[in-house]
Amino acid sequence: MSQIIHRHAITENDWTLAVDGTTQPHAGGKLIVPLARWRLEREELLAGAAAVGVLLPNTEDIEAIHPEIADRPLIALQFPVFTDGRALTQAVLLRNRLGFTGELRAVGDVVRDLVFWLGRCGFDAIVPRPDQNLEACRSALDEIRVAYQPAADGHVPVWARRRVRATA
Amino acid sequence: MYRYDQIDRELLAQRTEQFREQTRRFLAGELSEDDFRQLRLRNGLYQQRHAPMLRIAVPYGLLESAQLRRMAHVVRKYDKGYGHFTTRQNIQLNWPQLAAVPDLLAELAEVQLHSIQACGNDTRNITSDYLAGVADDESVDPRPYCELLRQFVALHPEFYWLPRKFKFGFTGAKVDRAATRTNDAAVHVLRRDGAIGYRFFVGGGLGRLPLLAQEMNSFVPESDLLLYACAILRTFNRFGRRDNIHKARIKIVLREWGIERFRAAIEEEYAKIGSSAEGGQLRLLPEDIERMRGHFSAPPYLAAAEAAADLRPRIASDPRFAAWVKRNVRAHKVPGYRIVFVSLKAPGEAPGDCTAEQFETLAELCDAYSFGELRSTYDQNLVLADVAERDLYELWVKLDAARLATPNIGLTTDMIACPGLDFCGLANAGTLGVTQDIYRRFDSLEAQYEIGPIRITMSGCMNGCGHHSVGHIGILGVDKHGEEWYQVTLGGSPGNDAAIGERVGRALARNEIADGVERLIRAYLELRSDEDETFIECYRRLGMAPFKARLYDTEDPEAAAA
Repeated sequence: MSQIIHRHAITENDWTLAVDGTTQPHAGGKLIVPLARWRLEREELLAGAAAVGVLLPNTEDIEAIHPEIADRPLIALQFPVFTDGRALTQAVLLRNRLGFTGELRAVGDVVRDLVFWLGRCGFDAIVPRPDQNLEACRSALDEIRVAYQPAADGHVPVWARRRVRATA
Repeated sequence: MYRYDQIDRELLAQRTEQFREQTRRFLAGELSEDDFRQLRLRNGLYQQRHAPMLRIAVPYGLLESAQLRRMAHVVRKYDKGYGHFTTRQNIQLNWPQLAAVPDLLAELAEVQLHSIQACGNDTRNITSDYLAGVADDESVDPRPYCELLRQFVALHPEFYWLPRKFKFGFTGAKVDRAATRTNDAAVHVLRRDGAIGYRFFVGGGLGRLPLLAQEMNSFVPESDLLLYACAILRTFNRFGRRDNIHKARIKIVLREWGIERFRAAIEEEYAKIGSSAEGGQLRLLPEDIERMRGHFSAPPYLAAAEAAADLRPRIASDPRFAAWVKRNVRAHKVPGYRIVFVSLKAPGEAPGDCTAEQFETLAELCDAYSFGELRSTYDQNLVLADVAERDLYELWVKLDAARLATPNIGLTTDMIACPGLDFCGLANAGTLGVTQDIYRRFDSLEAQYEIGPIRITMSGCMNGCGHHSVGHIGILGVDKHGEEWYQVTLGGSPGNDAAIGERVGRALARNEIADGVERLIRAYLELRSDEDETFIECYRRLGMAPFKARLYDTEDPEAAAA
């Protein structure tokens, strides 16, 4: 079983990403399926797997699709290349606007130098590209510990922090 | 001047260390060239012809003496003794060694200078009216808003990997001196019925397809600066094209969708942000703006009687001083004070270049005569914004000795140019030799005064860093079978009358282009209705035909105009 980063820790990955469209869940396993398959096989998947997550293309309108996936325990968002930041907006909207509290997982061309930005945008599970050093990726979450602006990681915006200090 | 607090200092220090580690990994072979490229761009490093170019962000063009002294030090230690000011008010170094750049950035960080997002597909340095706070036509000083937005976009995690670069330009004055509508977003800070707000334009940009930003919202309330900026950036991040680098700017989304659909998308996102918890976090309170405004309060001006001086005797006795006052000094909103332009267009120099010695001189002069501050301008010049009249002559003597007093602001030899083929890896043709050829033809002040205000701009490639598309006479270097050729555009303007220049026709060879520009200017002198009609007014009245005829020297301009 491969390892991933989950909530700042290196953990075993207990989800299977079924990108080929035919992978079946092991008895009691957890399966991540593309949105198209989720739409077609929802009942069968729910019956066969312990849990079903959904993989979304980064071109999907997250607000429009949300009702279909709101109850999923895991949503996986894609980085076809690490410089394509569309899934960052999907993540921020899922967390802040749509109130998604399940696992938000980054998959694809996930390199160490993307990890910091993922953490700030509300991803709590990160599957690095196979050639990446996991420990280095994990520590990259804290590369910069100060933030000016709010995102989806609880940082108080700098203008609000200065209000507090001014009155202290 | 905005002063960093502990939060700003920690953020910049940690960012500097992040890049030091990235550079180490690249040099150790742990990061591929391609992957590192994306990281170094976001730290201002662009691969150029000879060495990496380091672009240093100068937020809204404001510098102080400690920063100028540090610039003098770093250009000596890490470069060849000079830096280059750009049309976006930044400073570029052409010769740093990659391995030394982390140390260089650490030295800059000590004086709150940085290269965060100076290049790359992210939100770039914010530009502003270089006369912010001192111009008599200003209704609101834009700098506090620039700094609030700078902090919002700096290392913004959602908008760090945009489809393409994104530039903001600000003004709070009647006259647009910052070419705001050539930016992806222009923000005009204004007052309406006593309340401050922003007129937002979106979708401008030069380069291959030069377009001017279009109005999105005529009045966004003062509290909502960050909400509206967030709505624009989010719309861009979601819908900007990523399949073709040449179609990836936000202007292409606007063009493909049409303005109604585009505006509706931004307004819808703005409304959603506004009605959510996110809006609550992003909305500025009056105290936030007041606190930021405190960083840009007026300096302790002397009483008018103390600052003022009668310049007439000096002007009468010293024609060189008189010429400088006429061209490089303008009115200040405070009685007894003047705004002084420092020309970076001395004969024989590349437009915008500044030597280590000049950085030091400028540090001394702004400390002595302008409350320790200096501004960089859209036109690649500098401004000492708060000079008492009584100090003008002394200041001029010192500027003149440092070759910083060429009295050519706004005239023919005040050309804008990118570094061109001599330095830039993207360029197709040289710019610096051509500007010098043109310069030599119009070197005499009498000739330049006769011609009057004119804007000659030049880029070495389609990317248009020299803003050729918005020059009255724009020159674009192109490569034809390995030779340098030059296309001419006419009628562009970056200001309130913003317009994209029209291409005249076939390109001119390297040995023809300066002659061609001279013929255009001679045509103007012959065709203008009177001495008060400027080049651009004359061009707009007569259209391209007579100028085109003269550029290619095909017929008598009088006949062509008839």
